[in-house]
Amino acid sequence: MTVLLSDQRVVQTSEDVVAVRQAVRLRAVELGFNLVDQTKIVTAASELARNTLQYGGGGQVTIEGIERLGRRGLRLTFEDKGPGIADIEMAMRDGFTTGSGLGLGLSGARRLSNEFQIDSQPGQGTRVVITRWR
Amino acid sequence: MERIPILKMGNFLLVTVQVDMHDRLAMTLQEDLTSKIVATHARGVLIDISALEIVDSFIGRMLADIAAMSRILDAETVVVGMRPAVAITLVELGLSLPGVRTALNVERGMDLLKARIKERLADDGTA
Repeated sequence: MTVLLSDQRVVQTSEDVVAVRQAVRLRAVELGFNLVDQTKIVTAASELARNTLQYGGGGQVTIEGIERLGRRGLRLTFEDKGPGIADIEMAMRDGFTTGSGLGLGLSGARRLSNEFQIDSQPGQGTRVVITRWR
Repeated sequence: MERIPILKMGNFLLVTVQVDMHDRLAMTLQEDLTSKIVATHARGVLIDISALEIVDSFIGRMLADIAAMSRILDAETVVVGMRPAVAITLVELGLSLPGVRTALNVERGMDLLKARIKERLADDGTA
């Protein structure tokens, strides 16, 4: 796998979430994603960046354009050093939330991505990696 | 402070969202709109989202909340102009906006609002 481009953003405010959306859109366009695929990856990024801010207390996002076996994709890594998730299986369920949202952030972002990986340790933080292929 | 403008047109309030809203801005719109419904005695709210490139769960919930709040305040809400890619993504995300009336464009939205308000006034007359 080759990394074609890499970009990092901090997520500390709700304006940063908007900036992440715009940066992801820009990269998706550069990689030649069609409009529906752009919309899906940007929406997934918005959900996960908000989680980083609200539940992780802020963190960072790495946006990478990648190529594997001649296919191009966008890989997004969301990292925070927040309280972590005690029960990942529960957190992945539609409608489950410990906050005030709809509980669609994680489960929705997974549906909008081709690959989804989550690592979290209570007290250590959370890392979510999603990839959408062109 | 940054705000989304709300226009009054007869009995209706018209909101055209033209910026990529951050969450606090969306919350401010919700508060401004409910205050304005009460202040202007508006019977209908039309929200044009044709400029929005995405609707995530937060914006989706805001739209549903505005519809519910305006209903309690005796006004109807119609959301118009959703882009096809946004509609596809919203459903895949798991959000089908129950309780939110939608129309393809502003013109059809206006017609829908007028019809709904007429219906409600007729219902009130017979009660």
